[in-house]
Amino acid sequence: MSFIVDYYNYWIVVFLMMAGFYIVISANNLVKKIVGLNVFQTSVFMLYITMGKVSGGTAPIVVEGVTQYSNPLPHVLILTAIVVGVATTAVGLSLIVRIKRAYGTVEENEFKDKDDTI
Amino acid sequence: MFEQHLVALSIVLPLIAAPIALILGRSMLSWGFATFISGWACYVSWELLATALTDGVISYAVGGWPPPWGIELRIDAANAFILLAVTAVSTLVLLYSKDSIEKEVDSSAHALYYTAHLLCLAGLSGILVTGDAFNLFVFLEISSLATYTLVSLASDRRCLTAAFRYLVMGTIGATFILIGVGMLYMKTGTLNMLDLAERIHVYESSRTINTGLAFIMVGVSIKLALFPLHMWLPPAYTHAPSAVTAFLASTATKVAVYVMIRFIFTVFGADHVFEEMGMDLILMALAIVAIFKCSYMATVQSNVKTVLAYSSVAQIGYMILGVSLVSVTGLMAGLIHIFNHALMKGALFMAVGAVFYRLGSVDIQAFRGLGKHMPLTMAAFTLAGLSIIGVPLTVGFVSKWYLVTAALEQNHWLIAGLVLAGSLLAVVYIGRVIEAAYFQKLPETTDPASVKEVSWWMLAPMWALVIANIYFGIDTSLTTEAASNASEWLFQTNKESEVVQ
Repeated sequence: MSFIVDYYNYWIVVFLMMAGFYIVISANNLVKKIVGLNVFQTSVFMLYITMGKVSGGTAPIVVEGVTQYSNPLPHVLILTAIVVGVATTAVGLSLIVRIKRAYGTVEENEFKDKDDTI
Repeated sequence: MFEQHLVALSIVLPLIAAPIALILGRSMLSWGFATFISGWACYVSWELLATALTDGVISYAVGGWPPPWGIELRIDAANAFILLAVTAVSTLVLLYSKDSIEKEVDSSAHALYYTAHLLCLAGLSGILVTGDAFNLFVFLEISSLATYTLVSLASDRRCLTAAFRYLVMGTIGATFILIGVGMLYMKTGTLNMLDLAERIHVYESSRTINTGLAFIMVGVSIKLALFPLHMWLPPAYTHAPSAVTAFLASTATKVAVYVMIRFIFTVFGADHVFEEMGMDLILMALAIVAIFKCSYMATVQSNVKTVLAYSSVAQIGYMILGVSLVSVTGLMAGLIHIFNHALMKGALFMAVGAVFYRLGSVDIQAFRGLGKHMPLTMAAFTLAGLSIIGVPLTVGFVSKWYLVTAALEQNHWLIAGLVLAGSLLAVVYIGRVIEAAYFQKLPETTDPASVKEVSWWMLAPMWALVIANIYFGIDTSLTTEAASNASEWLFQTNKESEVVQ
């Protein structure tokens, strides 16, 4: 039981990762695929943030009387990864806008040509 | 002053130039500017290769923060060699783009095309020169995002779904790499590749490290389109504008192969990946299936761009096969093939783009009778095609020669036979196109006067690559020297870091 409770944030990461991955694979609607991709990426952000936390450590600001700090580096890394994620979402959504214009639908099963399915 | 910052210049140049190309706006202006910048980047990488071959490793601390704390840019024989190939092909493709893009991309998007091309070049150069695992992920995403945009610029609407599929799979691949790098950081507390290599040896049997290895290998395999994770590649290459396909086919997947080599040999160590984890058998099996399955798929397609796209997946199989042989010669064959394949696929896709420029179709039916009407284009296609097959005096022969030698060194007679059998399938799919071009007549519905040779803007870059195909097939000293230096060096670093432990 403690295996689940002590590592609960990792379990959340695993759940989000698999849920996001499943949405990407199974969703029929292209926007939902992007949503799934976002959930999937968010799980990785949580993984990084979790590993930066040092138990008992405070925020990494030099204050008198504090000797233990959390590791700020993973948080900074994940800021970059969030930007990358936002950019990917933007490109994906703009592609969907153009797909809607060209095909008249964003539902995968409504594409006439089988080769076009994603 | 530049000397010292040459390494950083290879990324900074195209990165700064990209928004300027957008501001220039006019199609011709941004074309000239982008070509100039790409040519300059090519010169920089030539200088870097020369320095790396004489002095060995060049290390550059970004912002003056010494590694392993700061980001390190690191040039050695392996990446300088591939950087030269990438920047050279990029310059040639940009020269070629002038006419090709005018035909295939809407005029309002021309400046965007050159901007995205420069961004993609910046990302690819970044992947090659960086010595930092997280930095590698960031550059991978810069180049990938630019690539999705490039693919979606074609006028055919199917390019949009192809780009979307590529985006979904590419992002999953990149996120897998991010997870893997996170696992490594979790255990070792460092992101610098050399520092990682030293510390990983301490935790070799740790489950976290091994999970990280698995995530990174799967992620990179998606990016380099290793069978069976290649499903994004054929549609993306088929529906992208021809110039984009020529650029991507000869650079993007090759750089991903480099990332795999870098992670296996520098970060994890060949002993750990191959002997303890048994990854060589998995890679070898997948590579051989890729060679046969995708060469077969190439023989049954009717769209010539799809034929060449499947052929690319098969050729990636050859590179991975070289890596999976776990020997200096094998790795060398893989590295040489990265360089050589860039030359041949670049030329082939440019020739196909020229046919599209004239006839508006790349179906195999459209190639009928072209041998007479577009002699230079089809001669270029034939010569580059012979190179794919591996005929002596072409670069294709050189890489296959080393691959077969590497297989025989370890008495893998079966593998050597399979490599040669794979070449026979290449004879079939290249032969079909050549047969249509030279032994069939132009269909009567086509007006013979409308089918003439394309301009020199398209022919010159195409022929430059074809001549390079033959030149490096005869005078192999530069490629083999660089590749053997690189592969010995990659194996050696591995051993050195063991000595440290």
